[in-house]
Amino acid sequence: MYASLVPTSAEMIRFLPELILTVVATLFMVLDPLLGRQSRHVYGHFSILALLGAMAAAVYVYRDPGAAFSGMLMVDGFATFFRVVVIGVGILTVLPSYRYLDREDAETGEYHALLLFSIVGQCVMVTANELIMIFIGLEISSIASYVLAGYLRDDRRANEAALKYFLLGSFATAFFLYGVALIYGMTGSTNLATVRRAILGGSLGSAPIFIGVAAALMFVGLGFKVSGAPFQIWAPDVYQGAPTPVAAFLSAGPKAAAFAIFLRIFLTAFQPIGPGWEPLVWVSALASMTLGNFAALTQSNIKRLLAYSSIAHAGYVLVALAARSNVGTAAAMFYMAAYAFMNIGAFAVVSHLSGKGERYLKVEDFAGLGAKQPGTAALLSIFLLSLIGVPLTGGFFGKFYIFKAALDSHLVWLTVLGLLNSAVAAYYYLRILVMMYMREPGEAASRIQPLTPGLRAALVLPALGTLVLGIFPGWVLDFAGRSSVFVR
Amino acid sequence: MNAVPLSWYLTLSGVLFTLGAAGFLFRRNIITVFMSIELMLNAVNLSFISFSYAFRRVDGQIFTFFVMVVAAAEAAVGLAIILTVFKNRNTLNIDDLNSMKDEYQPAQPEEASETAPVSVP
Amino acid sequence: MQLWLIPAFPLAGFLINGLLGRRASKGFINAVAIGSVLLSFAWVLKTIMGLGDVSSRYVEHYFTWIQSGALQVNFDFAVDRLTVVMLLVVTGVGALIHIYSVGYMGHEGGYYRFFAYLNLFMFFMLTLVLAANYLVLFVGWEGVGLCSYLLIGFYFLRQSATNAGNKAFIVNRIGDFGFSLAIFLVFLNFGTLDFGGVFANVPGKPETLLNTIGLLLLVGACGKSAQIPLYVWLPDAMEGPTPVSALIHAATMVTAGVYMVARSNVIYIHAPVAQEAVALIGLATAFFSATIGLLQNDIKKIFAYSTVSQLGYMFVGAGVGAFSAGIYHLVTHAFFKALLFLGSGSVIHALSGEQDVRRMGGLAKKIPWTFWTMLCAAVAIAGVPPFSGFYSKDMILAAAYQRAPWIYWVGAITAGLTAFYVFRAIFLAFFGAYRGHEHPHESPPVMILPLAALAFLSLAGGFLFDVPQFLERLFPPIEESHDVTLVAVSVAIGLAGIGLAALFYVVKPSLPDSLAASFSGVYKLIYNKYFVDEIYDAAVVKPVVNGSRSLLWKGVDVGLIDAGVNGLGWSARGIGGILRLLQSGSIRSYATWVVFGSVVLMVAMAMAGGVR
Repeated sequence: MYASLVPTSAEMIRFLPELILTVVATLFMVLDPLLGRQSRHVYGHFSILALLGAMAAAVYVYRDPGAAFSGMLMVDGFATFFRVVVIGVGILTVLPSYRYLDREDAETGEYHALLLFSIVGQCVMVTANELIMIFIGLEISSIASYVLAGYLRDDRRANEAALKYFLLGSFATAFFLYGVALIYGMTGSTNLATVRRAILGGSLGSAPIFIGVAAALMFVGLGFKVSGAPFQIWAPDVYQGAPTPVAAFLSAGPKAAAFAIFLRIFLTAFQPIGPGWEPLVWVSALASMTLGNFAALTQSNIKRLLAYSSIAHAGYVLVALAARSNVGTAAAMFYMAAYAFMNIGAFAVVSHLSGKGERYLKVEDFAGLGAKQPGTAALLSIFLLSLIGVPLTGGFFGKFYIFKAALDSHLVWLTVLGLLNSAVAAYYYLRILVMMYMREPGEAASRIQPLTPGLRAALVLPALGTLVLGIFPGWVLDFAGRSSVFVR
Repeated sequence: MNAVPLSWYLTLSGVLFTLGAAGFLFRRNIITVFMSIELMLNAVNLSFISFSYAFRRVDGQIFTFFVMVVAAAEAAVGLAIILTVFKNRNTLNIDDLNSMKDEYQPAQPEEASETAPVSVP
Repeated sequence: MQLWLIPAFPLAGFLINGLLGRRASKGFINAVAIGSVLLSFAWVLKTIMGLGDVSSRYVEHYFTWIQSGALQVNFDFAVDRLTVVMLLVVTGVGALIHIYSVGYMGHEGGYYRFFAYLNLFMFFMLTLVLAANYLVLFVGWEGVGLCSYLLIGFYFLRQSATNAGNKAFIVNRIGDFGFSLAIFLVFLNFGTLDFGGVFANVPGKPETLLNTIGLLLLVGACGKSAQIPLYVWLPDAMEGPTPVSALIHAATMVTAGVYMVARSNVIYIHAPVAQEAVALIGLATAFFSATIGLLQNDIKKIFAYSTVSQLGYMFVGAGVGAFSAGIYHLVTHAFFKALLFLGSGSVIHALSGEQDVRRMGGLAKKIPWTFWTMLCAAVAIAGVPPFSGFYSKDMILAAAYQRAPWIYWVGAITAGLTAFYVFRAIFLAFFGAYRGHEHPHESPPVMILPLAALAFLSLAGGFLFDVPQFLERLFPPIEESHDVTLVAVSVAIGLAGIGLAALFYVVKPSLPDSLAASFSGVYKLIYNKYFVDEIYDAAVVKPVVNGSRSLLWKGVDVGLIDAGVNGLGWSARGIGGILRLLQSGSIRSYATWVVFGSVVLMVAMAMAGGVR
C-alpha cells in the first residue's frame, strides 16, 4: 500500500508533458527579472519549443498508456487527444502574441509563463481520473487565465474583464467543489470509476438525491467553464475586455479541457444516472445554441460576436454530450479540435486588424479587407466558412458528426433545432464576409500593418488545420472513435 | 464526540455555503464579495472534514489542505486583480464595473458606455 | 479515366487568377479562365469517348472521406449517362458564357475577380454533377451557393446587390437545412450515402421514411432551384452581372435541384406523396411565376421569372414520373434561357445599362445580330415546332396528361403565358419606335459568337440531342403517347400567346393600358408580385430581428433580479424581464444567473435522482 505512494519512473514519464511545461514556466519566472528588454522574444521562442516538446512527450507517453500516481492520473487515448489539443492551442496562442505584446508594449516573460501554467492546468484536467485532481487542474488553469485576462494592467476594460472572470469563475468553482465534497461523502471516494461502481451498487440509502444534487453542482462549475447556458453570461464581457490572443486562448484551451472533464465525469461517474441529467444537457444545449446565435445577430463588436458564437458552439458540443454515446464523445472530441483551429484563426485576424490599443473592433472595421490584404481576408474566409459549417472545412464535419451522433441517440428534435440554429448562424458570419469583400476599405483596413512571420504562421497553420480536418477527417476521427470509450 | 451527529455538520456546511452565495449576490464591496467566495470554499472544507471524520479516514482532510492551498493562490491573484481595478477606477463598488455589456441603442442613448457606440445595421 | 481533372482545371484557373490576376494582363486572365473551362470540356469529351456508350455507372475512388464505425463515405466521382448530359451542358454552355464575358465585362472593374469566381463556380458545379454520393454532392451544392452569392454581390457598390446576395444565401440556407436533414436520414437508415448503395436498398424501406426523405430533399431542391416558397431570391439575384445570370441563375446552378431530384428518382418512385409534392410545387411555381412575368418591365426580371417558371416545368416532369423529360427540358432550357440572358445582356450593353423594356423599342434594325439570335430563343421557349423547347415541353405535358389531365391543362396555359411574356419583351424591345436616349451599338464579335452558337442550339438542339432516348435505361419508362390533339392544343395555345403579344404590343399598343385600367386590382396584385416579398418581410424577417433586439437586448439597467432583490414587483416585469436581464454588465446579476441556474439544476436533478 505505502510502496505505491512512491511514483515509479514509468509514472513520472506519464506526467512528462506537464513536467516539461512546469519547468520551463518556472524558469521564465526566475529569468524574467534577470534578462533585459532586448531578449523579449526569447520567451516566445522557448514557449514554442517547450510546447512542441510537451506535445511530442504527450504523443510519446501514449505508447505506454496507463494510470499514474495511485490512479489519480490516467493516460489514455482520450487524455492524449485533449493534451495535444490544448498544447496545440497554446502554440497557436503564442504565435500571434509576439506581435500583440510588441504592439501593446507589454512584458513578455510573465505572459508566457502564465500561458504555460494555464496549459499545465489544462493538461492535468484532461489527464485526471479523480475529482480532486480535476479540481486542482481546473484551478491551475483558471488562476493563470484570470491574470492573463487582465494582463494589460492599465487597460480599464481588461481590468474589468479580469475581475468579472475571477469573481464569477471562483464562484462557479466553489459550486463544483461542493459537488465533489458531496460525492466524496456519498460514495467515500473521488475516483471516477469507484464513484460509478458505488452509484451502480445501490448501497447508498437516501443518497440518490444527493448524487443528483452533486451532479447538478458539478454541472454548474463545468457549464460555466464551457460557457454553456445558463452559465454563459460572463463570456461576452470577458472576451471583449481580455487581450485578443488571450480571448482566443480562453475560447479554445480552457473550454476544450473543460469539455474533456465534462465528458469524462458525466460519462464515467454519472453514467448510471444518465437518464436523469440528459434532459438538463438537452435544455442547456438548446439554450446555448439559441441564445448564442440570436444574440450574435445584433452584435457590432467583433469580439463580443465571436464570444456569442463560441457560446453557440458550446451548445453544439453539449448536443454531443446529450447523445451519451461513444459516437457522441468522438464527435465532441473532433469538434473541439476543429473549433480550436477555426476560432483561434478568426481571433488572430481580429488581433491583427484591431491595431494598437485594439481600436478597430467593430464589424464595420473589416470593410475592404479583401482589397487591402487579400491573403488575410482569404484565410479569415476559411475560418468563417468553417464556423458556418460549409463542407470541406473542419466545422462542417464537426457539426455533421455531432448531429449524426444525436440522431443515433434519437435526439430528433434537438437535431432539427440545432440544424435550424446553424442556419441562423450563417447570417452573422456572412456579415463579416460581406464587409470584407463588398465594402470600400475603411480606416481600419487602410491602416493595417503587414503580416509579421509569427502572425502569418498563426493564420496559415489554423487554416491548414481547418482544411485538413475538412478533407481528411478520418485521421482525427479514427483516433477519437477509438479513444472515446470510458467504461469498458 | 458522538454528541454531534454528522448531519449537523453537513447542515452547517450547507448554511455557510448558502450564506457565502448570498453574500456574493447582495454585498457591493468587491473585497467582501471575494470573502464570500472564501466562505463558500471553507464551507466545502467543513464538509470534507466531517465526511472524513465520519469515515475514520484521512483523505478528506488532505483534500482540505489542497483546497486551502488553492484558495490561498486564488486570494493572491484575486487581491492583485482587485488592486489594479482600484488603481484604475478608484472604486471598490461592484456595481460600478459594468462598462462592458450588450448595447441597446435607440431607447436610452445616454446610457451607452464610453467605449463602444453602436449602430446595428 | 482521371475524372478529377474535369473539375481540377477550373480550380487551377481559379487559383491562378485569384492569386496572380490582380497584376496580370487581360489577355492572360482570359487565357487562363477560358482555357481552363475549354480544357475541362475537352476532358469531358475524352472521357465520354473512353467510356464508349456509358451503359453502366463508372466510379472512380479517390480516398475514404469518413470512416466511423460501420459507416463509410468515400470521396468518389462517378459517371453515368445522366452525369454525361449534365457535364456537357455545364462545360459546353459554361465555355460559351466565359467567352461572352470577355466582351461583356471588358470595361468593368475587378475583371480578374470576376473570372476567378466564375472558375470557382465551375469547379463546384462539376463536383456537384460528378459526385458519387450525397455528401460530395453537398460539397458542390454548398460551393455553388457560395459562388452564386459572391457573384450576385459582385457590383458591391450597389447596396441592392449586396442585399440580393445576402437574400440568396439566407434563403438557400433554409433549403440546405432540409437537404442536410435528408442526408442524415439517409445515412441513418441506409448506412451509406453512396448513390448506388442507397438506391439498391430503397425497395422494401417503409414508405413513410421514403416520403420524409423525399420531402426533405425537395425542400433543398426548392431552395436551390427557386421553387415556391423559396423562389424569392432568384429575381433579386439579377443584380449580378448578366453572364452570371445566364450561367448560374439560368443554365446550371438553379437546375441542380432538378438534377438532384432526378438523381434520386428511385426514392421518389417509391415515395408517392413526395413525388406528388414535387409535381404540385413545380406546377404551382410554373404558373404563378409565369403570371408575374407578364407585367415585369425590367428585361432581366422578365427572364428571371421565366426561369423560375421553367424550372417549375422541370419539376412537373420529375413529379409526374417523366424524369428524362425533365432533364431534356433542363438541357434545352439551358440553351434558350442562356441565350435570352446573354441577348438581353447584349441589349443592355448596347444601351449602356438600360434594362427597362419601356425605354427600348425599334432595336431590331440597330442591333440585328442580337435581335435575330434572341428571336431564335424566343421561338424555342414558346414551344414553336420544331425548335428545341417544343420537344421537351411537349414531352412533359404528354406525361402530365397521363398522370392527370388537369396538370396538362394548367401546364398548357402556362406555356401560353410564357409565349406571351417572352414575345412581349421581344416586341417591346425590338419593334416599334426607339423610346430611349442612348445610341445603341452592336456588341463585339466575341459576344455575338456565343449568341450565334446558342441560337443554333436553341433551334436545333431538340432534334439533335435526343436526351430521353439517351437516358432511357436510367429512368423508369415513360408511357408513350402520341396524341396529336394534345400536341396541337399546346402548340396552338403557345401560338395564341405570341399572337396576343403581337396584338397588344405591335398592332394596338393602347390595349394593355386600357386593360390594366379595367382590371386594376388584379393588375396591381400581379405587378407587385403578389406582395410575397412584403409578406415574408412582415411575417418572418421583422419579427426575428425586432424580437431578438427588443426582447433579449433591451436590458441595460436594473433588471428583474435587482428589482426582486429590492422587493419590487416581480410580476410587473413579467417573463420578458427575465430575458432583459441578460448581459446587463453587472457582476451581481450575472452571479444571480449562476445561482438561479444552479437551483434549477439541483431541483431537477434531485427529482430525477429520486425517481431512479
